[in-house]
Amino acid sequence: MTDQPSSTGGGARPGRFGSYGGRYVPEALVAALEQLDEARLKANIDPAFQGELERLHRTYTGRPSIITEVPKFAQHAGGARILLKREDLNHTGSHKLNNVLGQALLTKRMGKTRIIAETGAGQHGVASATAAALMGLECVVYMGTKDTQRQALNVARMRLLGAEVIPVSHGSATLKDAINEAMRDWVTNVDTTHYVIGTVTGPHPFPEMVRDFQRIIGVEARAQVLDLVGRLPDVVCACVGGGSNAMGIFHRFIDDESVRLIGLEAGGEGVDTDKHAARFSTGLPGVLHGAFTYVLQDEDGQTLESHSVSAGLDYPSVGPEHSFLRDTGRAEYRPITDTQAMDAFALLCKTEGIIPAIESAHALAGALEIGREIGPEGVILVNLSGRGDKDVDTAARWFGVLEDGLSPDGLHPDGLEQQ
Amino acid sequence: MSGVGAVLAKAKSEGRAALVGYLPVGFPDVQGSIDAMVAMVQAGVDIVEVGVPYTDPLMDGPVIQHAADVALKGGARLKDVFAAVRAVADAGAPALVMTYWNPVLRYGVDQFADDLAQAGGAGLITPDLIPDEGVEWIAAAERNDLDRVFLVAPSSTPERLRSTTLACRGFVYAASTMGVTGARTTVGDAAEVLVTRTRLMTDTPICVGLGVSTGAQAGQVAAFADGVIVGSALVRCLTDAASREDGLAAIRKLSAELAAGVRAGR
Repeated sequence: MTDQPSSTGGGARPGRFGSYGGRYVPEALVAALEQLDEARLKANIDPAFQGELERLHRTYTGRPSIITEVPKFAQHAGGARILLKREDLNHTGSHKLNNVLGQALLTKRMGKTRIIAETGAGQHGVASATAAALMGLECVVYMGTKDTQRQALNVARMRLLGAEVIPVSHGSATLKDAINEAMRDWVTNVDTTHYVIGTVTGPHPFPEMVRDFQRIIGVEARAQVLDLVGRLPDVVCACVGGGSNAMGIFHRFIDDESVRLIGLEAGGEGVDTDKHAARFSTGLPGVLHGAFTYVLQDEDGQTLESHSVSAGLDYPSVGPEHSFLRDTGRAEYRPITDTQAMDAFALLCKTEGIIPAIESAHALAGALEIGREIGPEGVILVNLSGRGDKDVDTAARWFGVLEDGLSPDGLHPDGLEQQ
Repeated sequence: MSGVGAVLAKAKSEGRAALVGYLPVGFPDVQGSIDAMVAMVQAGVDIVEVGVPYTDPLMDGPVIQHAADVALKGGARLKDVFAAVRAVADAGAPALVMTYWNPVLRYGVDQFADDLAQAGGAGLITPDLIPDEGVEWIAAAERNDLDRVFLVAPSSTPERLRSTTLACRGFVYAASTMGVTGARTTVGDAAEVLVTRTRLMTDTPICVGLGVSTGAQAGQVAAFADGVIVGSALVRCLTDAASREDGLAAIRKLSAELAAGVRAGR
């Protein structure tokens, strides 16, 4: 196995991971998907493209990102060694820029002048707005109104960067509906516009392409862990919304059979309630947003609304390659409740002086759980996919750390409902 | 020849285009939508697209999104679609179900095809299923003698026009403009160019959709297409109506205007 991305997904047909993936889209988009596929396959083997992306990562993103061992945090995980891959230290504060810079370069190669993006937590929207500013592209970001409220800081960041943010109020007013609206824009403006999907889902070639742009996380981390520990980790864990940070850190380890890959989904208020985003607990294979994959759906095939304290994991579907890894048993997936995630969030803040994104806190909570299972000899690599600045308001409400006079009115005593 | 094929052939023999009307099941409620579909047929619509309301209609503009939202919140279910199909067939028009793919997948492709045929349905229009992903559906349609209508678009390459039209039975749905459903002030030249390009590939009838809302526009499109598809403008009749009776009256009036339009176009 080399450090080069593979061009196939492991399925018999192109764009398939086993039976998952595919291209369930209006015919009007097929030509653009073909053009994108051709452009990215050429770019994969073009030294000029790879050189430019590598230069941007070195001089702009801040790669390679470091790994940090967190021994005080790990004391709460039965003493296993816990290493954090610090994607939170990337420019814009998350792993999202890895993918966006790649797609922005492809946009220019395809001769397009405008990018659109969906965003949940705002991390992908901010990364897209950033890349657009850097490369002189017009940028429009679609974001559910529920998310524009709980991630207001990121809305301001995108607008400061020159992007137009369009709130989407229909449906569940979260990430899923932002994607619908972005798709509608794309089908109307596809001649000039590239849709920068922020995660490893959507129609082929998005799941494969985004994974390949995020794969650098695992490539770096594998070498860094070998260097620090002298052996491979026992477990790699990452939070899974759409699943791009998880695919990014998992992929380089797939052939390392001794390494367990564990994805942590948003368990919300519990998988026995209807307020969660644990697709692998109660979802079924189906089609959403262009891909055949696990989807939270009712018996008529209508998409169910998901719920999570973290906007970035609040999505009723998941990237198709995760569905494949799950069914084949190569990766495991577990739900983490809102409370578990927030407890892990607080613990990392206080023990190590690192404020994680609430999304990433799900991976940290997973590491605490897994550490207690595997014992003190274990080594766990956690993808700390983003920083928590954007979540300070949510966390302050959750923990009630603001002075009484500063507390927002109408706050649910143990929740985050802001409507 | 399928029911849809026969209707299109008859229209052709009369020297006109056929009129295809879309309404979603469950808007304003299930019975209201069925009444409106029947009224549409009585007023001159030749073929009915029976729409399945879906939570994530990414090919639809605001009018149909709103209708789907109301239908689902009102409790419309997939089984109601078969009742609507039966009512349309009984009214004497072929019923093509227009649906995003996941509801069919969840129901079971074979089971859906069987139950659709059982209800007297003519086939399916699948806006987010391209023939490349439709192997299972095409086989189920073959087995049940059902039509399958796939879409072509201005961005379709000649190769895709060829492969897509080969997979179609009933008619080819030419999406006249790049974009989502919704009334437009002009239909534009793109539709005629697309129909001309598609005719090079197939003898299957070609119906044009996306944007037609008036009798005059229907007439323009009827000059070059085998059928004219109207959706959002009909839905709008129900959205804007003050009462159920007003809605049905508006549906009848617009259907008659469009039916006159498809007869004036040549």
